[in-house]
Amino acid sequence: MQERLKELQTEALEKISTAADLKELNDIRVSYLGKKGPITEVLKGMGKLSAEERPKMGALANEVRDRIAAGIEEKQKHLEEAAVQEKLAAEKIDVTLPGRPVKTGNHHPLTRIIEEIEDLFIGMGYTVAEGPEVEKDYYNFEALNLPKGHPARDMQDSFYITEDILLRTHTSPVQARTMEKHEGKGPVKIICPGKVYRRDNDDATHSHQFMQIEGLVVDENIRMTDLKGTLEIFAKKMFGDDREIRLRPSFFPFTEPSVEMDISCKICGGKGCSVCKGTGWIEILGAGMVHPNVLEMAGFDSKKYTGFAFGMGPERIAMLKYGVDDIRHFYTNDVRFLKQFSIHE
Amino acid sequence: MFVSYKWLQEYVDLSGVTPAELAGKITKSGIEVEGVEVLNEGIKGVVVGHVLEREQHPNADKLNKCLVDTGAGEPVQIICGAPNVDKGQKVAVATVGAVLPGNFKIKRAKLRGEESNGMICSLQELGIESKLIAKEYSEGIYVFPNDTEVGQDALEQLNRDDQILELGLTPNRSDCLSMLGVAYEVAAILGREVKLPEPLVETTSEIASDFIEVQVDAKEDNPLYVAKVVKNVKVGPSPVWMQARLMAAGIRPHNNVVDITNYILLEYGQPLHAFDYDRLGSKQILVRRANDGEVIVTLDDAKRELTSEHLLITNGTEPIALAGVMGGANSEVQPDTKNVIIESAYFKGATVRKASKDHGLRSEASARFEKGVDPNRVRAAAERAVQLLAQYAGGEVLEGSVEADALQVEPAVVSVTLEKINRVLGTELTMKEVEAIFARLQFETNTDNDTITVTVPTRRGDITIEEDLIEEVGRLFGYDNLASTLPVGSSTPGHLSQYQNKRRLVRRYLEGAGLYQAVTYSLTNEAKATQYALEERKPVQLAMPMSEDRSLLRLSIVPQLLEVLKYNSARQNDSLAVYETGAVFLSNGEEELPEEREHLAGAVTGLWHSHPWQGEKKPVDFYVVKGILEGLFEKLGLTDKIEFRQAQKDGMHPGRTAEVLLSGNSVGFAGQIHPTVEKELDLKETYTFELSLKAVLEEEVSPLQYESIPRFPSITRDIALVADQGTAAGELKGIIKEAGGKLLKDVHVFDLYEGERMEPGKKSLAFSLKYFDPERTLTDEDVTKAHDKVLEAVKEKAGAVLRG
Ligand SMILES: [Zn+2]
Repeated sequence: MQERLKELQTEALEKISTAADLKELNDIRVSYLGKKGPITEVLKGMGKLSAEERPKMGALANEVRDRIAAGIEEKQKHLEEAAVQEKLAAEKIDVTLPGRPVKTGNHHPLTRIIEEIEDLFIGMGYTVAEGPEVEKDYYNFEALNLPKGHPARDMQDSFYITEDILLRTHTSPVQARTMEKHEGKGPVKIICPGKVYRRDNDDATHSHQFMQIEGLVVDENIRMTDLKGTLEIFAKKMFGDDREIRLRPSFFPFTEPSVEMDISCKICGGKGCSVCKGTGWIEILGAGMVHPNVLEMAGFDSKKYTGFAFGMGPERIAMLKYGVDDIRHFYTNDVRFLKQFSIHE
Repeated sequence: MFVSYKWLQEYVDLSGVTPAELAGKITKSGIEVEGVEVLNEGIKGVVVGHVLEREQHPNADKLNKCLVDTGAGEPVQIICGAPNVDKGQKVAVATVGAVLPGNFKIKRAKLRGEESNGMICSLQELGIESKLIAKEYSEGIYVFPNDTEVGQDALEQLNRDDQILELGLTPNRSDCLSMLGVAYEVAAILGREVKLPEPLVETTSEIASDFIEVQVDAKEDNPLYVAKVVKNVKVGPSPVWMQARLMAAGIRPHNNVVDITNYILLEYGQPLHAFDYDRLGSKQILVRRANDGEVIVTLDDAKRELTSEHLLITNGTEPIALAGVMGGANSEVQPDTKNVIIESAYFKGATVRKASKDHGLRSEASARFEKGVDPNRVRAAAERAVQLLAQYAGGEVLEGSVEADALQVEPAVVSVTLEKINRVLGTELTMKEVEAIFARLQFETNTDNDTITVTVPTRRGDITIEEDLIEEVGRLFGYDNLASTLPVGSSTPGHLSQYQNKRRLVRRYLEGAGLYQAVTYSLTNEAKATQYALEERKPVQLAMPMSEDRSLLRLSIVPQLLEVLKYNSARQNDSLAVYETGAVFLSNGEEELPEEREHLAGAVTGLWHSHPWQGEKKPVDFYVVKGILEGLFEKLGLTDKIEFRQAQKDGMHPGRTAEVLLSGNSVGFAGQIHPTVEKELDLKETYTFELSLKAVLEEEVSPLQYESIPRFPSITRDIALVADQGTAAGELKGIIKEAGGKLLKDVHVFDLYEGERMEPGKKSLAFSLKYFDPERTLTDEDVTKAHDKVLEAVKEKAGAVLRG
């Protein structure tokens, strides 16, 4: 009897180990541990045993039963795990296939430049002023010390609508308007971005419509050194800390003294190359101390107040910064062009 | 202005300063040197040769066989194709081994069987522009004067061993339109002296005023007129060095008389004119305004009709020159001219500008008058001219000059305090330093305590106010030497306005939604200006457009965006979404500024979503565009104030267009562009929208206020309603919302069925209704009460019933 039990145990454990799936294992459980199973059968013959042997044999039978049950349980765990593994293996995907695209657009390179400049100056206490694109001759020229017949009006041949109304040729009228609103009281600290228009035939370097961004500071005791320091910060932020700047005397009717600002050429490091026409410098913007006539016309006492102003072309800055070679790209809106400005360095 | 380095040396000592260094210094202190041209760059081995023999090439009609002495060894044979080459000439010879511009190397060669040991050069071949070459040499080789020594460096003989500084002059610095002006500038920069020419003229015993009378009627236009008379000039070529200087400055040599007037123009900045005295037709010069319709034939042989705005030089009756612009053909200096009158005058800039503009005649002379010549150089220039005529044209200068002088020359006297100079520049200069700067400029000064008073020479007409003086101090002190500071004083908060902030939000939102920002032109043509306008207005029109296509200001952005889609579509990008924010222009009548209203427009074409390998491909439809806008309004807190209403619009699909209302006012539209327009532009199905961004961003929005998160559950009831085909979902939704009362918190459509299972003309719309009370848990009873009202209302107001 004892042997028969051992035999059954060995036989069952062997079957368990070779069971291929959960169903087979369950069959094994039912056939060995069920009420009609062989162990029960064996125990039926216990009556023939002595009272001494009976509990021993009972204990042995339970032991065999437990071993088989444990064997089944262990095997079941194994099989279940294998089933999970198999399922996961079947679920494998190709992660190199393209993802479902999320639509993204991006802002125009000129907006990018303008907002970058706006933010820089906002950080320095400026507000953003805007004004009409169709202007009165007064604000576009006269209030900026360009009376009728002034030769510098030739410099910016304009689109007139009537004798006194034209498409603004620069964003400077916004300065005149803003100063006028301040009624002779400083400080004025503004940055003025916007579209401007000139009678130019569109080609690689000219556009009848383009952007400008200008800055103006009017207060007591504004010095030319303040202009220089401000422009230095601007140049380093826009073009890199390693850039040098230089101010060159120039002429604008609305500033006196007037200067142009150059930055050192990135391409050649100042040695001279084709980009900087051999000079080592690249012209970026015009600036100067606000002309006393401009201050006075806007209602400021030029004995008490001084100011500086500067102006530049976002197209030119974008062209220099990103190496764009044709100004028309900005207005054609070829998506192959626009797309390139979605990246943020 | 082109400035010869060698010529400049006659007035300022330039020792120790190379042309490149000089260019750098000039640029830094005020005038941009746009380039430095080395005239003999890339040229080597060109000498003066003597043509000893010339004969016809035996095998070529158009070639000459020359024997040329180049001053080194035996004479050599050179084949030359120039028609004007001849025996006895002194010519420029590029010897074997020489290099000409463009790295053209001269080698020994055989031309049609004849050996050629070099090349006889034209001026073009030596790098001079054709238009600057005197007529007699423009079609052939250049011929030196006979006394030129053989074997010399030909380029040196031609004064081409020089460098030219190209000055980019701003309108205020017309003083540097002359060598003398540049000399003053350079002397100030270098801190050196200016040496002025001192014309010494021997005169005959005859007196100019016996030969000519000068009368100026138009004193306003011509306050000073100086005439000098030179007799017995021999018209011929001017000296080589003078021709060279003219060419280097961009002026073509003609003959000695004309060249000398041009030379003075360059040297003094004073334009002169030479009349042939014997062709004058009178002994009088009368300066007056032209009569309307009067005609002059100028020396370019053009007949020019004049108006009373033009100033004329006449012989008393007939015009002989258009003042300051161009001489008349009748009194022009000719090869046989003997006696000349030299005119040196001060003409008013505006008068000359008018004439040069009206007749399209802009010249070196008119440019100088327009900008204003130095009134104190008018006489000196005339003196210098007659000196040169005596020297280089063999003329006899008559005693004195004949003048009409009504000119009042008062030099500007300007004062400025040292405190002001330092306050504006941010410097700490001393009075001594300031005085030194003005001394370098050769400005007379007078110092009284803190105030310096400057008498500005008339050559610097640009200096009139104290700021001009400050600029002179600043630029000569050197902007490099300025410190870098930032404004001190009251600080100001930097910020964007609420509107500007919201505009940026709109842009970022749309970009995040998949639209590219475009920037297009405001000027457009007549058809596009008004197409898709939100408001019917006359477009603003340019007085003088450059082209029909850019003649009016836009009233709508959509046509411009469609143009962008068309452009991209034609380049294999037929699925694209773009937007633009920008002004449109609404006329307020002729004399008023138009209203500029900022609009937002978008256009979407082709596939909206494409993910082919998972079988997803979705063309844009109305609801894509509407969804974008709804999301935008949500962001701006306007959802409850917005309504889309079926609408008709020119150029739009009649059944797929909505008007957008904000608080009941129309602020724009959205929809599909009309299929015929799509076809015209060769676009796939395209949807567009345009809104008044101004109206949208300026709409009052209640301040953000936290609402507590619901503590009680809501109850949702779904209903399917059968309604007429024509009943709009929005209409039903409106009825439901109104009838649902306080408890109804949200309604949305979740199904639409228009299939066969419906009765003809009917459709089924399913709504999900969410009921909620923030104060308590709702009972079924509460909801049923409200819900019944909803069902009643839709039946009564829209004839919609629950689907059975
Ligand atoms: Zn460079």
